[in-house]
Amino acid sequence: MHIPDGFLDTGIWMGTAAVSFGAVSYSVKRASQKLQDKEIPVMGITAAFIFAAQMVNFPVLGGTSGHFLGAVFAAVLLGPWASCLIMAMVLTLQCLIFQDGGLVALGTNIFNMGIIGGVVGYYIYLFVKRLFGGNSGVLYATFVASWASVVLTSAAVAVELALSGTSPLLVVFPSMVSVHALVGIGEGFIATAAIGVIARARSDLLSLQKI
Amino acid sequence: MKKVVFWGLLVSLVIAACFSLFASTSPDGLEKVAERLGFQDKEKELFRSPIPGYVTPGVANDTIATALAGTVGTVAIFGVAYGVGKLVKKRTQSSQKKET
Repeated sequence: MHIPDGFLDTGIWMGTAAVSFGAVSYSVKRASQKLQDKEIPVMGITAAFIFAAQMVNFPVLGGTSGHFLGAVFAAVLLGPWASCLIMAMVLTLQCLIFQDGGLVALGTNIFNMGIIGGVVGYYIYLFVKRLFGGNSGVLYATFVASWASVVLTSAAVAVELALSGTSPLLVVFPSMVSVHALVGIGEGFIATAAIGVIARARSDLLSLQKI
Repeated sequence: MKKVVFWGLLVSLVIAACFSLFASTSPDGLEKVAERLGFQDKEKELFRSPIPGYVTPGVANDTIATALAGTVGTVAIFGVAYGVGKLVKKRTQSSQKKET
């Protein structure tokens, strides 16, 4: 879902970049207040896992593939703003080193995958977790929020493309959302499996201070 | 946390350097939609990155080129995220010193 350069109108990429700058600044401020020493290595390996998993595209439909997003996964472990910060770092590295995602579009990609994926995704996770309760609540919530984060992010991309005049909304919105409803299922499985493994092997990592 | 870092990095490196070699080569959701709806030609390249498309340049074997890209990226992002975490923590300490 990394938007390349050329798809977005100047107003759109500038506007989303401004919001992303604010969000990442806020994330850094919150982290400086709440980040604990033992969370620093967790931030490192969460970012590493997300980067690695994003390299493994899986087929979803004839001729289409999807890949892991990881924003909700990061938020479940470290909280919404830590997720936003982690996603921003991953996206920046992917853009600058690997040409994955555009340069002026970087702010938009951070807006979509960090803010909508991570922050909004986290509050969906919390909502579903409270609905189910208990240990299984964490897993159901991870699945649902992960799925929703991919769908919502794809919807945001569609809106941005439409506002940029790249494709009409009534055409691009159903296309993006229908494909990503399928990708989201993969996201749900991967994130839930990863959280499940962590819950069994190191359940203390699920009780870290959320940022 | 040393065990967490060891296993976390190991799993990530295996995924990035091995699993990635079996990744689907089909275009991802956005690329496919761009193709189908005909706006893929709007794509512009504004700069040249060192390892474009996760294929390390100058490496004859494509498989090794991708595995190397995955390895470099995974180690790099771990370093960046860990480093940023450390830097961000230092801000707390320095602002606390200012208050006393």
